[in-house]
Amino acid sequence: MTDKTAHTGKNTGGGDVRLTGISKAYGSFTAVHPLDLTVPQGSFFALLGASGCGKTTTLRMIAGLEDPSTGTIFLGDKDVTDLPPYKRPVNTVFQSYALFPHMDISENIAFGLRRRGIKSVKKQVDDMLELVQLGDKARHKPHQLSGGQQQRVAVARALINHPQVLLLDEPLGALDLKLRRQMQLELKRIQTEVGITFVHVTHDQEEAMTMADQVAVMNGGRVEQLGAPADLYENPQTTFVANFLGTSNLIEAEVLETGSDVVVTAGGGKLRVPGDRCTSAVRQGGKVLVGVRPEKISLAHADDAGSIADGRNRVTGRIVDSSFIGVSTQYVVNSPAGAELQVYEQNIERDARLRPGAEVVLHWNPAHTFGLDAAQDIDAGVETVEDAG
Amino acid sequence: MRWLRKNLVVIAGLLTLAYMILPNIVVMVFSFNKPNGRFNYSWQRFSLDAWKDPCGVADMCESLSLSLQLAAWATVGALVLGTMIAFALVRYRFRARGAINSLIFLPMAMPEVVMAASLLTLFLNMGIELGFWTVLIAHIMFCLSFVVTAVKARVMSMDPRLEEAARDLYAGPVQTFLRVTLPIAAPGIAAGALLAFALSFDDFIITNFNAGSTVTFPMFVWGSAQRGTPVQINVIGTAMFVLAVLMVVAGQIITNRRKKTATA
Repeated sequence: MTDKTAHTGKNTGGGDVRLTGISKAYGSFTAVHPLDLTVPQGSFFALLGASGCGKTTTLRMIAGLEDPSTGTIFLGDKDVTDLPPYKRPVNTVFQSYALFPHMDISENIAFGLRRRGIKSVKKQVDDMLELVQLGDKARHKPHQLSGGQQQRVAVARALINHPQVLLLDEPLGALDLKLRRQMQLELKRIQTEVGITFVHVTHDQEEAMTMADQVAVMNGGRVEQLGAPADLYENPQTTFVANFLGTSNLIEAEVLETGSDVVVTAGGGKLRVPGDRCTSAVRQGGKVLVGVRPEKISLAHADDAGSIADGRNRVTGRIVDSSFIGVSTQYVVNSPAGAELQVYEQNIERDARLRPGAEVVLHWNPAHTFGLDAAQDIDAGVETVEDAG
Repeated sequence: MRWLRKNLVVIAGLLTLAYMILPNIVVMVFSFNKPNGRFNYSWQRFSLDAWKDPCGVADMCESLSLSLQLAAWATVGALVLGTMIAFALVRYRFRARGAINSLIFLPMAMPEVVMAASLLTLFLNMGIELGFWTVLIAHIMFCLSFVVTAVKARVMSMDPRLEEAARDLYAGPVQTFLRVTLPIAAPGIAAGALLAFALSFDDFIITNFNAGSTVTFPMFVWGSAQRGTPVQINVIGTAMFVLAVLMVVAGQIITNRRKKTATA
């Protein structure tokens, strides 16, 4: 019936998941604009974005639960675009887990094997229960398990089929924070152990960065940027990515000089940006958004301004707020260059003068500065983070 | 006074229960009566005569068997149609869905006697001979509303992801329906079936209008009440009551046991 690799008990690998020109429209609303995406075989891939960005629709199209309006889906060399979900070597872990309430845990896990006519499922089910550490719960009904346990059953029920790709639709969304962190590590462990391609949909940027090898940041039905977590974080290409992944200070500036180092002016001060870290072509007199992450910035009291090393970017300002959060202190600084700049200082040697109202100098290594196209919405991705929480 | 305040709810509950059960008790008690004459309305003395010979009254057991058959077929008919309608109404968006949603309640809302008379007119005008089939058609019609209501409530609370999960786990459309949809909808369907059976079994008005020369059990009881009430009627009534109570108790025990293994 299906060309599963499961009969051999091992995932022989069917290659990458390739989406070409995939889109989905509901009437006049376009949930997903035509997109091309390749998920390398064996990788842990995250689709990250706020609710309504099209990430779940994309996932459901891979599963076959949603028919794409255009485009093709390949699993390895095989075009699966027109296959119904029950004929695709792909399994899904649903956000609500969707465990069958009338079956016990082991029946739930055995469901996929049985549907494909496999008779002796006991051994495989036991192995799966072991993998997700639920051996003693085999005869329980789903509603008797905690959220975290149900989640693991959902993973086991999908994984037992040795799919070419495991799709996870916000699988940790319903768990509380502590359990979520635990399950992130757990899922990562399982993925490493079985070596199956995982495609993970989430709105939690920390989750995506912790777990995934590759992250595709989606916004408004499009992929904004694709890359390894560190790369996305250090080199955001758009203001949405800069704001959605962690926090960025974005300062609107005017270009004074171009070259290997772009010199810009903002609020009367001069800043330098490496030319190769500017996403769009900069020209003299043009605008650019200068970005720097809060943890890259050092804070010095205005009295010590002279001791700051030469060659660092500096911005003067006044602390308006500070909050102590243990490992670090987060400051909010207003400056002529920009309002409410964020600075995260490690709590190594705390300077008692750095209190709200204090005049300070923000300084950082110019290499940590990036330049973005000024034609974008400077606040893109900021509010959506709060909405998603 | 204080005691009364504390136990008021219990007392009210017991009184209500008594109010509901008393008629059944009377029926039960009088099934052991040995009346003088034809009417079983006053207590004379204890006897097991009627219980020993429940079919001793001419035509009564025939009418009972007919009623049971009617109820069974009406239940099956209403169940099949009603389940499909319920799924259609919950799952699909189609034209006139809203209208159907309200029209389905019409048989429940319309006075039964009006319904009965209009059905009779319809059957007569269409030249259909009155009898088993006309009664069955009528019963399926009014049972339908109850089945749809019961099943719909269940289907609406069903997570559509469950069926998606089944399809995702290699179950084709048929397997998905049999393995996941149907078992989960089963309690609603069972509730609908019980309602339909009970309603069909003791319907009198619509049946009486449309039965022609066919005599169902309620019609038999009504007919005989004009001339005298055999004790056997009470025997059948008591038997049905006890059967129903046993079914409810059995259901309770099963669910309780399930819950117990659930918490264990």
